[in-house]
Amino acid sequence: MNAVILVATMSIVTIGIRFFPFLIFRKQTPQYISYLGRVLPPAIIGMLVIYCLKDVNLTASPFGMPELIATAFVAGIQVWKRNSLISILAGTFVYMLLIQIIF
Amino acid sequence: MNLKTVKQAFYKSLPVLAGYVVLGIGFGILLRNAGYGLLWSAAMSLFIYAGSMQYVGVGLLTGGASVLTTAITTFMVNARHLFYSISMIDTYKEAGKYKPYMIFALTDETYSLLCDGTAPEGVDVNLYRTLVSFFNQCYWVTGSIIGNLIGSLLPFSTAGIEFSMTALFVASFTEQWLTTKNHVPALTGLLCTLLSLVLFGRENFLIPAMLMITLVLTILRRFEENHL
Repeated sequence: MNAVILVATMSIVTIGIRFFPFLIFRKQTPQYISYLGRVLPPAIIGMLVIYCLKDVNLTASPFGMPELIATAFVAGIQVWKRNSLISILAGTFVYMLLIQIIF
Repeated sequence: MNLKTVKQAFYKSLPVLAGYVVLGIGFGILLRNAGYGLLWSAAMSLFIYAGSMQYVGVGLLTGGASVLTTAITTFMVNARHLFYSISMIDTYKEAGKYKPYMIFALTDETYSLLCDGTAPEGVDVNLYRTLVSFFNQCYWVTGSIIGNLIGSLLPFSTAGIEFSMTALFVASFTEQWLTTKNHVPALTGLLCTLLSLVLFGRENFLIPAMLMITLVLTILRRFEENHL
């Protein structure tokens, strides 16, 4: 029973966070919030990139090499092909090869 | 419901498929090992639907956390979603009946697919965004159910497949870089987060990073206006 309450709590808080900005700016979006809406997406994606790489250890072997190589590879393929699906599949494949076979 | 919209939405959601199924399986295995079966797995993925929070949630369940601790932890782990919602207010403005589900299902990955505000030509935009969100949740729920069912019996090594999430964000970042002229917001995001990581460590850097990003972007706006 306790677990049901905890899961419900997690659910309600998560939903609350996602709805809160929509509820308070329902009528008219202030210019400042619209501005944030424009500039935040690239900034947040940048943040998420770092967030995903936060556990990479640069001080011990292999010094983050698999992540560095695979990340550069994804960016390179994206610049070349402009197709996210291809970049992600190719990059993940390269990363799996790197950590399972090479490093 | 037009078929083109469904197809385009499915295609758009594909980059998330592998990552969500795999991370969902990971979550399902973890939850099973903690003594919670299939229904729990499905219920959490249906009603919470926040990847990293569900991983943290397994710890809360097994550790017998209080409701207050659970609420605060959930808030800390998911606070970044405030940002996603703020930046989608205008994009989702006219979404009508689809809007509640679109807001509910706005995860990191869905956000990264939809935050540029574009949609393919000739699709029903709101249905398209709803379906992208929905397909993503299907992958996540499916993964967490599979994980709970099969446990750790996978026949091949999937080590490294979790990189697909990193790759998704790197690809989104690169694409946004290529399609925008002003790179200041993107660089602000990268640099503030790096600085925050160095200053606060990997456990606590996310909220300071978000505050720093907001502060810097706010200052830059003042600066921009003074020059107009």
